[in-house]
Amino acid sequence: MDISKNTLPVLKIENLKKSFGDNHVLNGFSLELYKGENLVIMGKSGSGKSVMVKCLMGLMQHDSGTIEIMGNKISQLSQNELNSLRTQVGFLFQGSALYDSMTVRENLEFPLRTHPERLQQKEVLVEEALENVGLKHTVDLMPDELSGGMKRRVALARAIILKPKIIIYDEPTTGLDPITSKEIIQLMSDIQQKYGTSSLIITHDIDCARVIANRIILLIDGINYVEGDFVQLSKSIDKKIQAFFK
Amino acid sequence: MSKASIHLTNKIESFFEEIGELSYFASRFFKELFSRPFEIKELLRQCYNMGNRSLLLVGVTGFILGLVFTLQSRPTLMQFGAESWMPNMVSISIVREIGPVIISLICAGKIGSGMGAELGSMRVTEQIDAMEVSGTNPFKYLVVTRILAATLMLPLLIVFGDAVALLGSAIVENLKGEVSFLLYFNQVAKALSYSDIIPATIKSIFFGFAIGVVGTYKGYNCKKGTVGVGEASNAAVVYTSMLLFIIDFIAVFIADIFFEV
Repeated sequence: MDISKNTLPVLKIENLKKSFGDNHVLNGFSLELYKGENLVIMGKSGSGKSVMVKCLMGLMQHDSGTIEIMGNKISQLSQNELNSLRTQVGFLFQGSALYDSMTVRENLEFPLRTHPERLQQKEVLVEEALENVGLKHTVDLMPDELSGGMKRRVALARAIILKPKIIIYDEPTTGLDPITSKEIIQLMSDIQQKYGTSSLIITHDIDCARVIANRIILLIDGINYVEGDFVQLSKSIDKKIQAFFK
Repeated sequence: MSKASIHLTNKIESFFEEIGELSYFASRFFKELFSRPFEIKELLRQCYNMGNRSLLLVGVTGFILGLVFTLQSRPTLMQFGAESWMPNMVSISIVREIGPVIISLICAGKIGSGMGAELGSMRVTEQIDAMEVSGTNPFKYLVVTRILAATLMLPLLIVFGDAVALLGSAIVENLKGEVSFLLYFNQVAKALSYSDIIPATIKSIFFGFAIGVVGTYKGYNCKKGTVGVGEASNAAVVYTSMLLFIIDFIAVFIADIFFEV
């Protein structure tokens, strides 16, 4: 996939700050994600990765800084405009976040309800999305009938059903066994190849970063501590960086 | 300031904060209620869940209520030779006060705690966030539909519960006092007037609204993981029960002015 940094970034965060009382979680974090790129954000637990993602999606108000998604500053958007923009961004939650009162089919159809024109072809879209993750046979099952790995794949199918331009993965392999983790990483890669999406991947799984990252940012002390590709960072002699790549 | 007074001040502050947030939550309900899209399908699903699935509980409660109330009152009325007043006394007591309050308390336990637990677990498992990022307004989809369903269904459940309670009472009167069902219900119809039914119905609408608002508020704003879900469910029942008595007091006070109870 050709990643052109000469074009405008599809996602841009500048000097993002967020505090909870005296706890300064983000202290001026910045990033740029380009079309077709897989950008991995790594950091220790509690380093503010999930907070950054929640600010990015407008689920949490940031204190200062700017967030631009496809040229739109999210703080300047009305609720309707933000909702419309959100449909162009797929989101895979850490715990899958499938609606447990709905079947797999209803889970996948849910994002389509805000798109009446796509709702008419919901059967085709659901089938296609499930086929992409290899779970066509689960369409009428309830989430509690699925294993952890299957839930993550169904959640991924739900994230891609609207064919978003950007996909955000929040800890996509956390809590999964190594084999299922590899399958999920492969799926992420396949989807990126197939739809040409840009991916922002929040993880502390080094194997995930090695396989999928075009670029890695280490989030330490609320700032982007260092940025580079996997090979560059793994050769670093900085102890803070080494801690991640041992 | 001593530790105790600081603690007390904090408690009072958080109480008023909670009242403020609950009021804002309720006002948001009215704002979202009249804006598109209208979630009719989800509203009907909630009406079915709350109404149909509470029928058995409300029916059993109402039946035993009418039965026990009549059995307990009978000896006292007999001492005064006033057992013929039984249908009047039971029907007025049940329709005006006991039916709405007891059935609402039962529903606060079933419906209110259910809402608190369901929305609370959706919050902690990020399902509500997932709805939001998919471009859906979760407040409208989850909260507005549930509050509206509770407001619409509770009066119906209360009417049903009252009717079953009167049936229970009629059975006791039939068995113990040899009063026919026709005579019993004739007397009930004569005893009840609009001034008994209208205030009770209006009151039950407010009861339903209170159950819906508190249950959804506690669940939607649930924090602290799975512990928070339990707390949300528990708080939904406790706060709603208190609120029901306060609403009841105000309703009786107002009804007294307009209907000369």
